[in-house]
This record gives sequence, structure tokens and C-alpha cells, in this order.
Amino acid sequence: MNKITNNKAWFLVLPVFFIVAISAIIPLMTVVNYSVQDIFGPDNRFFVGTEWFKQVLDDSRLHEALLRQIGYTFSVLLIEIPLGICIALTLPRKGWGVSACMVLLALPLLIPWNVVGTIWQIFGRADIGLGGYVLNMLGVDYNYTQSSVDAWLTVLVMDVWHWTSLVVLLCYAGLRSIPDAYYQAAKIDGASRWAVFRFIQLPKMQSVLVIGVLLRFMDSFMIYTEPFVLTGGGPGNATTFLSQYLTRMAVGQFDLGPAAAFSLIYFLIILLVCWVFYTVVMNAGQREEH
Amino acid sequence: MKFQKRHIALLVYILFLLLPIYWLFNMSIKTNTEILGSMTLFPDNPTLANYATILTDPAWYSGYINSMIYVAINVVISLTVALPAAYAFSRYNFTGDKHLFFWLLTNRMAPPAVFLLPFFQLYSSVGLFDTHIAVALAHCLFNVPLAVWILEGFMSGIPKEIDETAYIDGYSFPRFFTTIFIPLIRSGIGVTAFFCFMFSWVELLLARTLTSVNAKPIVATMTRTVSASGMDWGVLAAAGVLTIVPGALVIWFVRNYIAKGFAMGRV
Repeated sequence: MNKITNNKAWFLVLPVFFIVAISAIIPLMTVVNYSVQDIFGPDNRFFVGTEWFKQVLDDSRLHEALLRQIGYTFSVLLIEIPLGICIALTLPRKGWGVSACMVLLALPLLIPWNVVGTIWQIFGRADIGLGGYVLNMLGVDYNYTQSSVDAWLTVLVMDVWHWTSLVVLLCYAGLRSIPDAYYQAAKIDGASRWAVFRFIQLPKMQSVLVIGVLLRFMDSFMIYTEPFVLTGGGPGNATTFLSQYLTRMAVGQFDLGPAAAFSLIYFLIILLVCWVFYTVVMNAGQREEH
Repeated sequence: MKFQKRHIALLVYILFLLLPIYWLFNMSIKTNTEILGSMTLFPDNPTLANYATILTDPAWYSGYINSMIYVAINVVISLTVALPAAYAFSRYNFTGDKHLFFWLLTNRMAPPAVFLLPFFQLYSSVGLFDTHIAVALAHCLFNVPLAVWILEGFMSGIPKEIDETAYIDGYSFPRFFTTIFIPLIRSGIGVTAFFCFMFSWVELLLARTLTSVNAKPIVATMTRTVSASGMDWGVLAAAGVLTIVPGALVIWFVRNYIAKGFAMGRV
């Protein structure tokens, strides 16, 4: 769509600008302020330059948390994206089943994140939870509060349970936009099921998949509440991800300087990926228009 | 509908989704003795005592009321400011529009943990700590950009000729916007409201940090009770079930648009 150039449109954007500026710029400035100072009290602070950044970048526990985070985020993407596509392909296209599936699929997304943690905390326990009980009955020695592998797997399964529906709904929206004529043409040409998927369905899902991949990347990269409730970051540090480490540093130990420096680095990583995402989506959008 | 092999996969997946929720519900209508004593797929003596505890104890039910209040305030603020902005982004080019849009999106991508402490200090310093409005404003950080994004997608689907015809017919901008344009995109507005509701309702970290007593949300009540008074599993499960109910009701209203909404109106 060709748009009119009109700078008066700024007036329509001003309310959004102010409300987001208040809740984004002021806090961000505070963080920058902390990251370069050592604060002992309201009137007792020193400028320390990049010292906190150096300290944070050398922190080996932080490196571990970062590696854990990256491993976790990639596992989440590798499982949820293919599974989401598969489930979206199995959804009915018309009839009462559509509404029913939509409601059931969206249900996990509407559950408060700490309740998601609580649900799996209960479900995975060997004494009172169905999941843990059945696994132990089958002879699997499963205990997510003791074994770090079990804890890790539980957090992963919980995320798959919680967020795969998002990918399913996105892909389904993409599939719905394919006109029936495409399928009929494929049928006349005698295209195989795989060819239909590869050359008709996948290209139509491309733009929504980009949104899906990046939403899942961002959200799993900042995951906090669910592992906090489920495992509290343990056993040991097996499920301590970046947000947990940051919150512990800022609120638990009150190390404001390092926490602020860490916040900025954390934010920059996400910002970088976000910029790549934005460019990709915008370019894809322009290609479609031409 | 012909039954095919692929439906088995779908059924298995939906079963996987529902089983943990069913287990929570199952526990919420059991007594604690039964929960800890034996493993039963169906409760022997279904009881509503756990729900009664929550609905009669102000410490519990006020949490639901607080959550509802700040979520409602947030949805209203987000929609009010996002509607004109989304219109501007979908219809006009203006200086810095692309940068502004990108900057808005970055806020959706900021980890809330980063903003935790500054928010606490900001709202404490202006005397808004422990009020509903503080949580509502804090949630605007990610909900307003999201609302602009989704609404812009829906608005771009409306042909521009409609605007032009209305202006030629002598409509002023406010009159056109409220009487013609808003009714045209009401499904988009509904979906946007749903998403604002969703992300404000499920968020815990900011809501818990910005409140202590008067505006304490239900999600915070739940985590604090877990650590304080031992494990009252039945009541905890009942509280969990009650947090799912509003979400389930809201999904029902937007079920036909939900897939399009998740694609940010861009399909």
C-alpha cells in the first residue's frame, strides 16, 4: 500500500510515545547510571567506568548460565517449531472441530506463568503427581528435585506444553490463507503429499514462521517464572537461566552495579536478534508486495 | 468428517495438553488426606471445600479482584493510545516512523528482569507503589507495542479508499475514526484486547515486585502461600483452577479470530 507522507501523523503517535518513554527510557537510564557507579548509599557513590562490565564478562557462573540459556533456547526451538507445524497440518479446516481445537490449544497460553509452574510441579512429583507416579511405576527413576537431568527435561517438557500451541496457531493462520484453488491445481498435477507441503504450504507459512521463531526465541531467552516456581533454578544450578541469575543478583544480593551492567549486555543480545528479525520480516513483506 | 490417521496425532497432543490441567482440577476437589494418601484418577469424595476456602477468605479472593482491576486498566490504556498510533503507522509516512516502530518493538523484547529494580524505584518515588495503576502502567511496557503491532496489521487490511471516500463526504477525522473506522476493525480490536488481557494476566515478575498488600495480584498470593504455610495442595490447586477460568472464558469470545490474531493480523 502506498502511504501518504504527512508529518501531522506524529500527533497520533504521541500518546504511545509518551507512555512507552516513561516506562522504558527512565528505567533504562537508571540502569545505565547504576552500571557505571559503585553505590554505598544515596550520597555515597563513585564513578567506576567499565569495571562492572569487565567483572560481569569474566564471571564464570554467568558464562555457565548463558550457555545453559542458549542450549535451552535452541532445544525449545528445535522441538516446538517442527512439532507445531505437524500439529497445524492435522487440524481440521472446517466444521465445529475448528472452534473446539482453537479453544483447547489456546488454553495453556492463558494460564498465568506461575500456575504453569505449579501445574508441572504437582504433575511431576512422584508422590502426588500423575506424571511422576506413572514414570516411576514404569521403572524410570524420575525425580526432578534431585536429578539435574530430570529437572532440565521437566522444564523443557513444560515449555513445550506451554508454548507449542503458539506455533500451531501461527502456522494454522498461514495455512488458512491458502486458496483451495492451489490444492486443486496440485491435485490435477498429481503432486505428492510432500510436494504439496514443500511447494504450497511451507512458502505460505514462511512469514508467520519467522514471527513464531522470533517470539519463541525472545520469550524463551527471558524465561523466569516457570523454572522459578518449578525448580527454583536447582538442583544446584541446573535450571538457572539468565533472568534468574539476574534477579538473584539484583534483588537477592543487591549487587546493583554488576546487575545493571549485566542487564545492559542481556538487553543488547536480544536487541541484536530483534534487529535481524525486524529486517528479515520487513524485507519479506516488501517482497510480497512487489 | 472422515476419520484419518492424522487425527490420532491431534488427539494425542490435545490429551497431552489437557492431562496436567485435569490433574490440577482433580486435586482441587480432593481433600488433602486423599491427595497425600493415595493415587486416584477420580476423587473418592469430591469436595468443594477448597474452593469455599478461597471464595470466603479475603486474603485469597482480593487477589483475584486486584488482578482483574489492573488487567482492565491496562487493556483500556493500551487500546486507547494504540488505536490512533496504529492508524498513523498503517496510513502515513512520517519522519522517523520506521525507527519509532522498531523502538516500540524493542520494548516488547526487553526482559522484564532488567526493568525490575528501576520500576520499583520509579513508582516508589512518585508514590504509586502498591497501586493498581502502577502495575497497569508497567505492563504497558510490553502491551502497548504489541497492541500497536497487531492493530497495524489489521488496519492495513482495510482499503484506503474507505478513508478517502469518507473525507470527500465531509467527515472530520475524529468522526470518521469513531463512527466508520472503529466499527470496521472491531474484530481486530477484540483480538488486541484479548492479547493485552493475556499478557497482563499471566505476568508475575513485575506485578509481584510493584505490589505488597493493597494491590497484590492472585499470582503473587499463590507463590507466597506456598513458601509460608507449608503445603496446602488442595487450596493451591483450587486457586490455580480459578486463575484458568477467566482466560478460558475470554478465549471463547475470540475463537474465530484467534489464529489471525497470533499472526499479528498479517495473514
